Amino acid sequence: MDLLQLSMCETILLIREKKISSYELTDFYLKRIEKLNPKINAYLAMNPEALDQAKKFDQSGATNQKLPGLPMGIKDMLCTKGIKTTAASKMLENFVPPYDSTVVKRLKSQGAIVLGKLNQDEFAMGSSNENSYFGVTKNPWNLDFVPGGSSGGSASAQAAKLSVATIGTDTGGSIRQPASFCGIVGLKPTYGRVSRFGIIAFASSLDQAGPMTKNIEDAALMLEVISGHDSLDATSSQKAVPEFSKNLSKSIKGLRVGVLSEALQGGLDSDVEKSLKDGIEAFKKEGAEIFEVSLPLLKQSISVYYLIAASEASSNLARYDGVRFGFRAPMSESGATLDEFYSQTRGQGFGKEVKRRIMMGTYCLSSGYIQAYYEKACRVRRLIFNQYNEAFQKCDVILSPVAANPAFKIGEKISDPLQMYLNDLFTTSTNLAGLPGLSVPFSLSKNRLPIGLQLTAKAFDEQTLLNAGLALERNSQVQGELPHVI
Amino acid sequence: METNSIKKTAHLAKLALSEKELSEVTEQLSAILQHFEKISEIPTENVEPLLTPTEIESFWREDVAEQELSPDEILKNAPSSQGHLFKVPPVVG
Repeated sequence: MDLLQLSMCETILLIREKKISSYELTDFYLKRIEKLNPKINAYLAMNPEALDQAKKFDQSGATNQKLPGLPMGIKDMLCTKGIKTTAASKMLENFVPPYDSTVVKRLKSQGAIVLGKLNQDEFAMGSSNENSYFGVTKNPWNLDFVPGGSSGGSASAQAAKLSVATIGTDTGGSIRQPASFCGIVGLKPTYGRVSRFGIIAFASSLDQAGPMTKNIEDAALMLEVISGHDSLDATSSQKAVPEFSKNLSKSIKGLRVGVLSEALQGGLDSDVEKSLKDGIEAFKKEGAEIFEVSLPLLKQSISVYYLIAASEASSNLARYDGVRFGFRAPMSESGATLDEFYSQTRGQGFGKEVKRRIMMGTYCLSSGYIQAYYEKACRVRRLIFNQYNEAFQKCDVILSPVAANPAFKIGEKISDPLQMYLNDLFTTSTNLAGLPGLSVPFSLSKNRLPIGLQLTAKAFDEQTLLNAGLALERNSQVQGELPHVI
Repeated sequence: METNSIKKTAHLAKLALSEKELSEVTEQLSAILQHFEKISEIPTENVEPLLTPTEIESFWREDVAEQELSPDEILKNAPSSQGHLFKVPPVVG
């Protein structure tokens, strides 16, 4: 039995057939983490009770649960009761949440065991994982390259088989882009599908948590566990949650696939361009109908996204004031002004990129500028939303690249924030419109780096998204390939 | 964008920035916002701002008090506390 080749769903069968215990499985992953984590820096903290919890699960015999005794890594944006949750920031370096986020609570209620917490860009602000206060995470396919971001630790740990499945969060592509860079499946659910309670807030109208897994079936099962209304999140939807994993369909005959015109107009890395073309051929072979659809405002969506995300972030991060929790700058005993107290704490506690975005957001919301920046961006946001609605009159899913290039080298883009932002061309519009998006590992570049293809569907139509993803997966070059570090 | 308006923004955001940070962020935000300003060319007359992407459905619960966390649990993460209070250094002005 080669655990490294098994999917999460295959592992569940082994647990149910008593061929392996949760204890053995958890021990297996803990030992791998001990050996490999120093190379990739994916885990920031471990759950010291993981083995005890696995033993308890085995004694309970509750193997009919959906995630029976499965050890999982969780992005450090999600609160885990009793386990440090830092958002990869100095500001929260010693924060130990007194409660679980709803996502974590739901995973545990179906038998999952938290293995540990995964590295990320500080407060999920970044596309390369280079903005972590605790050092960059590396791409297991090539240690000189970034794993993507901001859920880079989740992607890297999953690709290196340091977890059965992982959870990430996605505000402008933070699940899909690292999934593409690391050769795994990453699913951003519809806004409102998954409760945001207990997830450290970045941009509240854009944030969603979702699964990062070996394959589509695993993502479907994880999604049905974490989805559903939560009275603790007023924006969580009351729509019924389908059994995504049971409803996966092998045939996509007649599915209308809209290929994003803007992606066909050049500007893609040659390997990504080839991957997109191969993806179109795969859909044709599977019996889908292919159309071209256009989102004329795609290019502007990056500006709209960054203006809105920074504005919301500047408001959300106002809570870090050094009074109730988190970092407090050392103050002289003789006292300081209130301004000094707040400003020193925030100036020392936040990293470069976070400060940059707080500054951008504060400026865009300040008197005299709010109409030109924040409000204007929200108006264009509606136009982008409308353009998606128009596109979905013609098709069921939209096919595009996740990113214009495979993973880039560590250090290559970090000195130029604008260039780093422009890297998010194909992912931010999905969040602006609140739609579900999926990254499916599909090709390998000439340098043996994975390339994912992105699918986008109508709001709350994750089932169609997953079925289309399954068709791509059947034709993928990446499934079965293992990254270099293994 | 001028250093003065950046200084004012840093004050509003309650961020202490060094002179080096101030000049770096002035340069970077100028370039970034100059790029982002292109959206001003998009006509948006009579377009309502979209603030959140899905409709929020109201829901109700019984008006019953619940106690989930004790004061001790909440204060565990405080940088400094005394009794059941958050403690801060003397604030002058």
